[in-house]
Amino acid sequence: MDKSYLEYPKRAYGQDHDFYEWRQGKDRPRLSWDNNAKVAISLIIPLEFFPLNPSGAPFKHPGAMVTPYPDLRHFTVRDYGNRVGVFRILETLEDVGAKTTFAVNGEIAKRYPPLIELIKSQGHEIVAHGISTDHIHHEALSASEEQALIDEALSCFENKPEGWLSPARNQSSKTLERLAKAGIQYCLDWEMDQVPVKARTKNGNITLIPNNYELSDFTLLHTRRQTEKSWLKQIENSIELLLEEHERFGAQMLGLTLTPYVIGQPFRIWALRALLSKINSTENVDVFTAGDIAKQFTDQNANAS
Amino acid sequence: MHATPNLYDYWPYAGRPKIEWPGGKKLAFWIAPNVEFYEFMPPNNPKRQPWPNAIPNVQQYSQRDFGNRVGHLRLLELLDKYKLRGSVSLNVALCDHHPEIIEDCVERNWEFFSHGIYNTRYSYGLTPAQEQAVLDDSIRSVEKATGQRIRGYLAPALTHTEDTLDLIAENDFWYSCDLFQDDQPQPLKTKTGKLVSLPYSLEVNDVITYSVMGFDPDRYTDILKRHFDQLLLEGERSGTVMCIPLHAYLVSQPNRIKPFEEALKHICAHQDDVWFATGREIAKHFIDNYWDQSIADIAARGVATGGTGFRHG
Repeated sequence: MDKSYLEYPKRAYGQDHDFYEWRQGKDRPRLSWDNNAKVAISLIIPLEFFPLNPSGAPFKHPGAMVTPYPDLRHFTVRDYGNRVGVFRILETLEDVGAKTTFAVNGEIAKRYPPLIELIKSQGHEIVAHGISTDHIHHEALSASEEQALIDEALSCFENKPEGWLSPARNQSSKTLERLAKAGIQYCLDWEMDQVPVKARTKNGNITLIPNNYELSDFTLLHTRRQTEKSWLKQIENSIELLLEEHERFGAQMLGLTLTPYVIGQPFRIWALRALLSKINSTENVDVFTAGDIAKQFTDQNANAS
Repeated sequence: MHATPNLYDYWPYAGRPKIEWPGGKKLAFWIAPNVEFYEFMPPNNPKRQPWPNAIPNVQQYSQRDFGNRVGHLRLLELLDKYKLRGSVSLNVALCDHHPEIIEDCVERNWEFFSHGIYNTRYSYGLTPAQEQAVLDDSIRSVEKATGQRIRGYLAPALTHTEDTLDLIAENDFWYSCDLFQDDQPQPLKTKTGKLVSLPYSLEVNDVITYSVMGFDPDRYTDILKRHFDQLLLEGERSGTVMCIPLHAYLVSQPNRIKPFEEALKHICAHQDDVWFATGREIAKHFIDNYWDQSIADIAARGVATGGTGFRHG
């Protein structure tokens, strides 16, 4: 190896980047949520477009086509989520009045406007989710290429979204500053704490809303093939733990992913019904959109400083 | 290459016009045993190697053969017990290799549809004329062995070309099991004919649950029951379809057939609400009664893209 391989220019106290300071969870300013909630839940629902002819660059998006072209099998299994599964989820949310965050690929907004209208009319929030699963943000993109991806994704919506989730949650080291330049206020890619964290960029601040990978339905039910019963139990245990920790650490949150082609299957939707009913019947636990949490956080953060 | 197949238009599940199955039933249930022949020494296809490691593959080949020698009868007798007729997804060369299996199914008035010639011969790279030859062979072989004119198609090993669905529509097939975008039938956008996308419920296919997801038999039973309960509930609003696609080399293993029976018992306890049918019967009922209504509702959603499959408007 070249000798530089054993040189460590960023080896110093704190993080090895400038977005936020190193801070142990116990040292964070104590937060509180509206309605006296001690635990805030954000439900994040990705609406993804999986093209039949993906480039696969710089890597294959989770859930992308598998077999040789035309992979009608995986195309239609994913599309099921946007045609059928998402309506099952919407109905389940409507039953309990939970307002959630839909992370929408620009291609979905362009292709399926009736779905976007319904989501908005039921009071849910929309955040941008890149152009499609085949438009992954990564380090090799030039500044103008990545800025164009962001601008194009945002231009697919009538009302410009203020929140962002990257395709495959992949960023370049410049994504945050480019998102800030485009007016994005909060981002759902990072999950280093159980409360939001303010990220600084040269183009302004972005609130990072934690989004739990380990409890995502895609990770736990699809990739790891655990049971719906266990998914439910693990989320309930997490909520219970955060409630227990409230006295020591203040109010915290959980960002949970609900993937239409996973939890929206007929044999799985019962687990979402059970989760929402559990949240509803648990004191001091409330569902908020990611945007609402970002606002509650920013208001408190501004008052604190 | 296209980003979308354009074989069907976007049709949001919410607010669709009502489908009622015969007798006012809410859910059309069909069961599709795949009766397959995998070759011991298949030729290679440049797009996909027939067996994952090397040819031949003794373990995999003989497990498929177990399905035909042992598993099939086990499943047949189980379906007899619950008075269920199968819709056989057939590799048609099986008519030549194992006619006894075909005779047993014919005797029970089961339906047959084509699943290609062999499950080790893929559609990749076929010219339209070659794909047409596969369809001619399928129609002729099944007609000769059973007297039935096949009306359904599931491409062998789920391999397709851009022409597959146009060709089956042109050959007066009524339904395709190749698309998994819905729990209700939908008209497909083929150049000619009236071809229906019939729900084949891939997520509850035993290959997916056992071989891909690695679930155990009790979990498969639980999934089948819940899938059925949810679709029955929704079928009150507008009729739904549930298929159980099966493979005797998987579901008829001695560790799995009894738990599977529990799922059948559950489903068959709902005789008042469920139409137990075959693929052809469901497709025909939809085409005769709901084809125009569906086209009109899809058009009214305002997002139809025009054109036909792989020929974008």
